[in-house]
Amino acid sequence: MSHYISITADERAEMLKTIGVEHVADLFAVVPEAVRFPQVDLPPAISEIELRRELGAMAARNANPTTQSIFLGAGAYNHFVPSAVDQILRRAEFYTSYTPYQPEISQGTLQAIFEYQSLICALSGMDVANASHYDGGTALAEAALMAVAATRNRRTIVVAPSVNPQYRAVLRTYVQAAGIRILGDERPDATNDDLLALVDNTTAALILQSPDFFGALHDLKPLVERAHAAGALLIAHFDPIGLGLFQTPGEAGADIATAEGQPLGVGLSFGGPYLGIFTCNEKYVRKMPGRLAGATLDLNGQLGYVLTLQAREQHIRREHATSNICTNQGLMALAAAVYLGLVGRQGLRRLAELCYHRAHYAAAQIANVPGYAVVDRGPFFKEFIVRCPRPVAEINAVLRERNIIGGYDLAHDYPHLGNAMLLCVTEMNSKADIDDLVEALKG
Amino acid sequence: MAFKTPAELQYTRSHEWIRIEGEEATVGITDYAQDSLGDVVYVELPEVGASFEAGESFGAVESVKAASDLYMPVAGEVVTVNQTLVDKPEILNSDPYGEGWMIKISVAPGVGALMSAAAYEKYVDEIKH
Repeated sequence: MSHYISITADERAEMLKTIGVEHVADLFAVVPEAVRFPQVDLPPAISEIELRRELGAMAARNANPTTQSIFLGAGAYNHFVPSAVDQILRRAEFYTSYTPYQPEISQGTLQAIFEYQSLICALSGMDVANASHYDGGTALAEAALMAVAATRNRRTIVVAPSVNPQYRAVLRTYVQAAGIRILGDERPDATNDDLLALVDNTTAALILQSPDFFGALHDLKPLVERAHAAGALLIAHFDPIGLGLFQTPGEAGADIATAEGQPLGVGLSFGGPYLGIFTCNEKYVRKMPGRLAGATLDLNGQLGYVLTLQAREQHIRREHATSNICTNQGLMALAAAVYLGLVGRQGLRRLAELCYHRAHYAAAQIANVPGYAVVDRGPFFKEFIVRCPRPVAEINAVLRERNIIGGYDLAHDYPHLGNAMLLCVTEMNSKADIDDLVEALKG
Repeated sequence: MAFKTPAELQYTRSHEWIRIEGEEATVGITDYAQDSLGDVVYVELPEVGASFEAGESFGAVESVKAASDLYMPVAGEVVTVNQTLVDKPEILNSDPYGEGWMIKISVAPGVGALMSAAAYEKYVDEIKH
């Protein structure tokens, strides 16, 4: 199929004649002459050569994964993006396709979404995955709203302070004016037992992240049981790469599980677009927000794809819908599907092992640097807290001079930790990179 | 087209019917309601033992094109739930006053805003025009 259809001068003339217009300019006659071709003060156009030089110089001022050794995570991770992902995304049929509410002309898009959903269910162990949300933070916020809808309007959400602080801020934005209370993160050092003490018969859900914002892993199964005993749901926010090694939210019995899908072939992109992964237990599917692609049979008995269970959505349910969301991150969901297809189950395990072992190697080396200490919060994956002898901003400035991007400064979100940095190590950090970092910290 | 409106029942403005027999009552949705909804695909009914005020939502019905809450004609406690509707929601379309009954309740003191069959027929006529 041709992607670009040009027209000849004859075809243009024929079209004009058919609609009874002599010149193309006549079509703009309705625009008042005074504003039809307004004077705009622009400098003369530059050549493409000059343009590339100028924009290229500006772009070169950005640090990026090819020029820097990156040890920064905190919700956005430097993971490998295989070249094949971009090749498939850039196909015009995917790149420019719009929302698939008309299934008869959207089979490709719908099949891609269906396969993404299926892969996410296989990865997370959950029953149902939707077509995705904007990002991990909004997915988590939608999960809270869904829990309120699913528990017949219990109006309290208990959230751990070890959940990403930006996600907790997004959560508060989403529930403002909805009469929903958020509890649990007033004290930054609250333990899981402290949180469970807050769960009562007004609690719609307990929200936990594992690995948490600090990289620490939590055993969710007993927490699921305690939440259920109080009639509350458990919302688990997970790391998709971590599921190459660790227990899935499905295995733990989570009712709703969300994640930031950025690690799955999306890349850093200076903060977005990212990918909100959203899954739930089948018994709650009719309360789930977002789009859902389904497989069905057409009039001729052939396999086809549609958006299904649409009576959940706001264009039908109106104010009784769980959410007003009516979009998804189609292109990023496709990237995740391509990535998972390429990497495969064994590959994902291997990737997770690399992240796990390199982070532990880095932690062990840094623990031996005078003035530095690694905070022990139990088993961890990819990230860990480093207590520093000086403010993190100073240390990171020194590291930048060596093209190293250091960890996240925790001073703003968790001041009780003192001079502390959240350091992240992935498969993109070689042993040599880690050794360079350790040398830089010593010096 | 005239919708079926059995004379012995009472009706609400939100298109539920109720048959009160002493302290017990049976509740469902009207022929007009099932027709407006289209093909019903799912019915969400409450747990036995749940209590509701008059006018409070006790469940929901979903068709391919709409989702509607169901409202209690009177206050009461749910005694029985029609499980057949869960497996065969289409019964609501074919037999809304018979096999399509939704819940049986024990009626609490106090009265909801109920209409006679004749009053309900007039009300539906007004909506249609």
